[in-house]
Amino acid sequence: MVDASHGASDVIPPAAVEDVELYHPHSWWTRYVFSQDAKVIAIQYASTAMAIGLVALVLSWLMRLQLAFPGDFPFIDSQRYYQFITMHGMIMVIYLLTALFLGGFGNYLIPLMVGARDMVFPYANMLSYWLYLVAVLVLVAGFFAPGGPTGAGWTLYPPQAILSNTPGGQDWGIILMLVSLILFIIGFTMGGLNYVVTVLQGRTRGMTLMRLPLTVWGIFTATVMALLAFPALFVACVMMLFDRVLGTSFFMPAIVEMGEQLKHGGGSPILFQHLFWFFGHPEVYIVALPAFGIVSDLISTHARKNIFGYRMMVWAIVIIGALSFVVWAHHMYVSGMNPYFGFFFATTTLIIAVPTALKVYNWVLTLWRGNIHLTLPMLFALAFIVTFVNGGLTGLFLGNVVVDVPLSDTMFVVAHFHMVMGVAPILVIFGAIYHWYPKITGRMLNEGMGQVHFWITFIGAYLIFFPMHYVGLVGVPRRYYEIGETSFVPASVHDLNIFITVMALVVGAAQMLFLFNLFWSLRHGREAGGNPWRATTLEWQTPQTPPAHGNWGKDLPIVYRWAYDYSVPGAPEDFIPQNQPGAYGLTREAIA
Amino acid sequence: MSAMIVFLAVLAVIITWWLSRQGLMSKPWLEVGHVPAGLSDRREASQIPALKLGLGVFLAVVGALFTLFISAYLMRVDAQDWWATPVPRLLYLNTAVLCTSSLALHWAKFEADRGRDDGLRTALLATFATALAFIAGQVLAWRQMVASGFTLTDDAAASFFYLITGMHGLHILGGMVALTRTARSAYRAGPVTERLQLRVELCAIYWDFMLAVWLVLLALFAGWASNFVDLCRQLLT
Ligand code: HEM
Ligand SMILES: [Cu+2]
Repeated sequence: MVDASHGASDVIPPAAVEDVELYHPHSWWTRYVFSQDAKVIAIQYASTAMAIGLVALVLSWLMRLQLAFPGDFPFIDSQRYYQFITMHGMIMVIYLLTALFLGGFGNYLIPLMVGARDMVFPYANMLSYWLYLVAVLVLVAGFFAPGGPTGAGWTLYPPQAILSNTPGGQDWGIILMLVSLILFIIGFTMGGLNYVVTVLQGRTRGMTLMRLPLTVWGIFTATVMALLAFPALFVACVMMLFDRVLGTSFFMPAIVEMGEQLKHGGGSPILFQHLFWFFGHPEVYIVALPAFGIVSDLISTHARKNIFGYRMMVWAIVIIGALSFVVWAHHMYVSGMNPYFGFFFATTTLIIAVPTALKVYNWVLTLWRGNIHLTLPMLFALAFIVTFVNGGLTGLFLGNVVVDVPLSDTMFVVAHFHMVMGVAPILVIFGAIYHWYPKITGRMLNEGMGQVHFWITFIGAYLIFFPMHYVGLVGVPRRYYEIGETSFVPASVHDLNIFITVMALVVGAAQMLFLFNLFWSLRHGREAGGNPWRATTLEWQTPQTPPAHGNWGKDLPIVYRWAYDYSVPGAPEDFIPQNQPGAYGLTREAIA
Repeated sequence: MSAMIVFLAVLAVIITWWLSRQGLMSKPWLEVGHVPAGLSDRREASQIPALKLGLGVFLAVVGALFTLFISAYLMRVDAQDWWATPVPRLLYLNTAVLCTSSLALHWAKFEADRGRDDGLRTALLATFATALAFIAGQVLAWRQMVASGFTLTDDAAASFFYLITGMHGLHILGGMVALTRTARSAYRAGPVTERLQLRVELCAIYWDFMLAVWLVLLALFAGWASNFVDLCRQLLT
């Protein structure tokens, strides 16, 4: 079959594309600060997320210092330690990863990749960022409030979260945390509506759903999930805020504290856990799906090969998104529920592994015999795959009820979720920044600094978290300020703890180099040109780099092919942009 | 969480139906050129106005929110400290007022579609007035509850009542902001534009949705829903 049978070469007149009215900024303020341009909003989101992420990084150092040298730092007392854990976990998961993937990459890439001039509701998009910023400020305010931030753990389980023996429980800490989350969710909903409707409605001519780059599929599916999962967190936060401030008893059982009967009674802490994990489990995939999508595109571009099994990749993303809503209770094996439910949830948890594994195979098969360029984005993508497979294997352990009960609440769990949820997505974020920085700024990031950053981060992450698995298997519990002299803990654990801490500091220092590189290359980076990676997707085909307001020149681009036409036999170059009409070669069944 | 599971199942059906029309079985690597004829209109970007699509997605989120509140209510309902709170009679009057508000907005849509700006203005005014009356009625109902001794912290049923009706009221207030903005452009002189028609229609969709939510909530608080849920439970076991 010859491609031309589809009328490959008929060029569609641009007049058929309906143009949108663009918002025009009138002053410096509306252009750079209260901007409604998705690209500016993306950069605002990303900078804010990275700034608050830095706070979380510093907190992790402090925790590690305490674990390695218990008691040597008098200002880290046990109360502070719990506050650090809580803020570190919450910031990393929500304010850094979610905001950066959806608010940052979503805003920058969706309009460009689908060929739109901007998001469909630019004003709501702007509000979304400002609400996020306020949420971050309220969160940070916790550090300065009397009593400090909340120390309830990032899961915020009641009743302890609002009792007086938990840091911030009867002070401002928990209130600020809940208010901040509520603001974040409202802001996210405004942005999320934009991302979804822009993908549905803003696509340019010829851009069918099956021609979307996998990055867009990942972000789109994750956004739909987030829109449905965040309300559960919202409900949980509002109800807890009522319990704390107004004295209701949604979650609070009858409790005697310090010899005094509290006014609460009859509430159900389990109800909170259900609500929390109804959000919490999809949250893992809300972070993972954009990462999956981005990695697929990085691999395909830098191996100069079409992605293997595009259709299956799309289906896998959608199926993972759907399944992740029915497995939330696997986090509650230890909270005493009907064992048959436990079985059901364990099974669905294992079933999710199937589409996930399929994606990994497809990445490997894409790399197979590819023309692999070991650029920085590619290095990070490869590192992600290795890490993800690793973490996935330990996850299969934990998905099993029998194993989970003894290991639950040890450092093994901490090591596991840091591998899957922490290190893996962060590697993708780095890869993506190295990949798209040239489009955002017009200059390449410095290669030498990038190499140093990559190798220290990658190897360092393993040196941190591999020993931590071992520490967990020996039985060291998580969320312990210090383990003291316990008979089951061998002396080697103390040495390992020191080693882990030193590595954590080294890896942290490498991130400073990365930040420096971001600023340094703005000025001194090599000029990138419009399409330095010779990539096919639309964002690389803009008339200007960085793309101007409105993204495209007079006419919107028209899409003639899917996003992965790399190394097509017979084509003059080893890539064919999506907006290039005409067929090359005879048939592509051979590759497909 | 069974209520939420049902809600998600309904959404899943809608999403699956929609996805099934998006050509997910096609082989994009073989389809160079413009989209094959015949498929183009349904596989390209949606023809529904962005605002309407946006409202649809937003209502799905609002639906999830209220379903989760209801789920929480149903999970909490069996606890020992639960006394069914008698709902004030006033709620039935409020329900009637909210229905009137919805009807008035449909009248507005009817006038807008025929380009009659005078009628449109009156109808929007009527909608606004009735919506305001509903809110006032709800506040009055709260005060009656408090007067008869059911305060927020008294027992869980009352807490849920205040919380959920409060949330619903906030959503009505939000809708009234949108309604005010629509009315403002209706009061500006000139013929009824297509955009104005769309906005009136969107308001009407939102109003109907919030009315439906309210009816479910009323059924929940008046105790009809729990009979229904009991029935379902019995059928399942
Ligand atoms: C250099 C990088 C990191 C280091 C050294 C680090 C270190 C730590 C430490 C020491 C704990 C407390 C363990 C305990 O005593 O229970 C912790 C908890 C946690 N971390 Fe990290 N972390 C890092 C990066 C991340 C990232 C990128 C994420 C993003 C998902 C993350 C998410 C969490 C979460 C969710 C918790 C649990 C908080 C809780 O128990 O409430 N961390 N981390
Ligand atoms: Cu989970």
